[in-house]
Amino acid sequence: MKAKIYISYKEGILDPEGNISRKALNNIGLSEVNDVRFGKYIEMTFNGVSKEKAEELTQIACEKLLANHNTETFKFEIVES
Amino acid sequence: MRFAVLVFPGSNCDHDAYFVIRNILNSSVDFVWHKEHDLSNYDAIIIPGGFSYGDYLRAGAIARFSPIMESVIKEANDGKPVIGICNGFQILVESGLLPGTLMTNKKIKFLSQNVTLQTETTNSIFTRNLDNGQHLTMPIAHKQGNYFADENTLKKLQDNDQIAFTYAAINGGNPNGSVLDIAGIINEKRNVLGMMPHPERASENILNSKDGIAIFESMIGAS
Repeated sequence: MKAKIYISYKEGILDPEGNISRKALNNIGLSEVNDVRFGKYIEMTFNGVSKEKAEELTQIACEKLLANHNTETFKFEIVES
Repeated sequence: MRFAVLVFPGSNCDHDAYFVIRNILNSSVDFVWHKEHDLSNYDAIIIPGGFSYGDYLRAGAIARFSPIMESVIKEANDGKPVIGICNGFQILVESGLLPGTLMTNKKIKFLSQNVTLQTETTNSIFTRNLDNGQHLTMPIAHKQGNYFADENTLKKLQDNDQIAFTYAAINGGNPNGSVLDIAGIINEKRNVLGMMPHPERASENILNSKDGIAIFESMIGAS
C-alpha cells in the first residue's frame, strides 16, 4: 500500500514563496494567475497492511509529525503500490 | 545550580551556551546527548540553537521526538526552568511546551544580524533581573523565526503576560515578520522560555554586547 499525502498551508497563512512565485508567473505573461500556494507532497509505503490499516497509520503520521496543526492542513489517498 | 545543555545532531550553539554558564557565570554545566533519558539531576535545561536534523520536514520537528524530549517535557511540567534559543525555541513549539509556530521569515531570507529587543515582562525567572521596557542588543541567525499563532492564542499570551521579548521599533524593527513583533514567549507556568535571538552570543564585551548575560543571571538568581 502507498499513501500519497498532500500538505498545504491553512487559509490565511502567509506563504512568501507562493506570493513571490505568483509575481514571477505574472511577470512572464501569465497574468491570469492570481494565487499560488506552496505545499508538500509525501509518499509513504507500507508492507503487508490492509487499506484500512494504512489509512489509520497515515492519519496518525500526519497528525503527530508530518503536518503542523497550527499552520497546515493535510489530505491523503491510499493506493495499491 | 546545575545546567544541562542538550546536544542534538546539528546543534551548533551548544558550546556557546556551555561557555557562558561555565566560564562567565562559573556555574556547573554538562552537555547531555539527545539519546539520554534522564534530566532529573539538573536544575535548569538549555536547548541550544543550531539545525537539528538539518531542519528536515520543519525546523525542530524531528528533534522533538528525540528520546531526551520526554524528559524535557516531564521536567518542564514539574516546573524546572527550560530555555530554548533559536532552534531550541523551534523544538519547544513543535513539542507543544510553547504555543504557536515559527514559520519561514517574511522575506524568505536567512537573517544574521543584531536586533534590539524590548523586555515585555519581568515576571519570570528569565527576566526578573531586567527592567520593563529595557532594550537588549543581541544577534539573530535564522530562516524560520517568523512567529505565528492564531488570534485566541495571541490573546491568551497577552492576557497572561507571556510575551517575554518583542523586536523594538528601532534599528530596523521586526526583522522576520513575527506577529505582534514577538521575539520570545514564556509558557503559562512561567518556567519555559523560547526566544529566537541568541543571548549566549551576547554575553561578553568582546562580542560587542553582553546584554544577554542578564537572562542567564536571572536564571541562577545572581545580579
